[in-house]
Amino acid sequence: MKLTGAEIIVRCLERLGITTVTGIPGGSNLPMYDALYHSTIRHVLARHEQGAGFIAQGIARSTGKPAVCLATSGPGATNLITAIADARLDSVPLIAITGQVPLPMIGTDAFQEVDMHGLTIPVTKHTFLVRSAGDIAETIHEAFYIAASGRPGPVVIDIPKDIQSEAVDITTWPEMKPLFREAEPSEADIRRIAEMIHCAERPLLYIGGGIISSHASPLIEALSEKNSIPVTATLMGLGAYPPESPLYLGMLGMHGELSTNMIIDEADLLLAFGVRFDDRATGKVEAFSRHASIVHVDIDHSEIDKIKQSNVSLIADIADVLKKLVPRVNESSRAEWRARIHTLQRQYPPEDTGAYSPLHPLRFIRSLSDNAAPGTLVTTDVGQHQMWTAQRYTFRKPGTFLTSGGLGTMGFGLPAAIGAALANPEETVICISGDGSILMNIQELATLADYDLNVKLFIMNNNHLGLVRQQQELFYSGHLYASGFITSPDFAALGRGFGIRSITLDENSFTGEMLGEVLHSPGPCLIEVPVNSDINVMPMVPPGKSNREMIGGRTNG
Amino acid sequence: MDKIIIELIVRNHPGVMSQVTGLFSRRAFNLEGILCAALTGTKESRMFLLVAKDTRLPQILKQLEKLYDVLSVATHLGADYSFYHELSALWQRVEAAGPGIQNAESA
Repeated sequence: MKLTGAEIIVRCLERLGITTVTGIPGGSNLPMYDALYHSTIRHVLARHEQGAGFIAQGIARSTGKPAVCLATSGPGATNLITAIADARLDSVPLIAITGQVPLPMIGTDAFQEVDMHGLTIPVTKHTFLVRSAGDIAETIHEAFYIAASGRPGPVVIDIPKDIQSEAVDITTWPEMKPLFREAEPSEADIRRIAEMIHCAERPLLYIGGGIISSHASPLIEALSEKNSIPVTATLMGLGAYPPESPLYLGMLGMHGELSTNMIIDEADLLLAFGVRFDDRATGKVEAFSRHASIVHVDIDHSEIDKIKQSNVSLIADIADVLKKLVPRVNESSRAEWRARIHTLQRQYPPEDTGAYSPLHPLRFIRSLSDNAAPGTLVTTDVGQHQMWTAQRYTFRKPGTFLTSGGLGTMGFGLPAAIGAALANPEETVICISGDGSILMNIQELATLADYDLNVKLFIMNNNHLGLVRQQQELFYSGHLYASGFITSPDFAALGRGFGIRSITLDENSFTGEMLGEVLHSPGPCLIEVPVNSDINVMPMVPPGKSNREMIGGRTNG
Repeated sequence: MDKIIIELIVRNHPGVMSQVTGLFSRRAFNLEGILCAALTGTKESRMFLLVAKDTRLPQILKQLEKLYDVLSVATHLGADYSFYHELSALWQRVEAAGPGIQNAESA
């Protein structure tokens, strides 16, 4: 059977179970689009390639499976790069297939030529430049294998236009290799960790995105409950542990609760599972968890001892470790440690928002959380609203919180919400954004309108780059510069311009019922929430300080 | 300062050199010398990297192992790396051959 390179690409995607791709066509990927014309795959046309990249991320993050975005050569390809780098830092299995100028023209500075292979080496798990149509099927299968194996990550496949048009004989299709699996942990290692838990007086679980990737939430819960081990989560780990559990301490680090950071400081054993000791979580590394022995379990061997030397480490799938560890661990109530935790939590209580306006971000996000159905997916952009969401939204299920943690990309929220809604049509998707972030990918409102998706976009508008303003106020002598906007668009009018129902909330007329109505009506809705620009995200670890040196925490309830 | 030689077997295709050197610059590791040659009869190349022996060496090795096109990583501690500095003889032989193709301006 003779097929063109482009037909082979599309057949491979179909064979690999891809039902939706997103992207923008252009000169160098038109053969791919011609092949898609004959396919059952749904193509979602974004309005900017970065939007396409984050729509695919929304699909990948909410399903845990690889998702595909397409772009043409040159600017189309470079526009994808931010979304690719973002996927790398948050371990998301993103496949980017880009068109390239024809092979004989590579290196001639041809129209819309850019070295996508070279540009993406440092921000991908791997990047391919395909030089023959006969290599395409193998390469695409290999790309899916790399993206989903071990620690997930993005893979780029750059395919010259003439290779897409080249017809070759295809007699057999490659089979998808079973994903690479790390060896099961040895009994000896498991026994050693169990002994350390039994010897510890103040153990603590420090969990992250690895728990969600490995679907290990029920096992973490079992371990924590059986031995009464308190749990703190990173930003990427929110949702991995049931928030109503008395053992749950919430998020740690720069904008975690002061009590949580103080509890970590007193721990004598840190069970670091599926985490990478990111600077926003640890604060000043030398001072982080300074009294504790460290057990570090991660699937990526290069994370072990990268930032903090561990006492025991295991390179393994966290679920494999926990399945063996839970039965080995004794039941314990740890009354003394839990009493101490309780004391610290009373000593350093969370901010009391009772007297605040219902539109104060902390109260507003809590009411959003209270009014949303349990399966609701939440995306955020990056900034103050992201931290307020992490602090006050109650994530009840793993994988329901999609946020740009590692790269911190403003503009992530709306396209990621579109992707999440495409992949989860039965769920409501909330996007919490800010007036700074939303304008970075506002054009995707058009894509949202195209598909009439169930996305509720909340724009927390303080007319500032709030987190920048906050840092200038606190650490740059109050020199507010380039952090306030001179004008602010009428966001509700903007939304209506795209054909989307839009509301501006008002402090005097706002009621919780309005929120319920918005969340439970089908289809997209834009809701502008006015926010006082003086409000800072608190408490906070100043840059370079240890987590114990938080500012803005209440020292006494 | 103590030096160490890292030996890599890599897939021999365009781009592998920039993957390896890119890793060193991106992670701010120091790379002092590279020797590379194709292994005859295979689709593989052997690379010798001369690096300073510092505390981050284990991290360098782990990052190299993660590269898709790097098939194996070995280290040679205490190897005689002086040949990196003896390349001047090679330069002389190349220079003695005289100029080849003229560039556009001088042609």
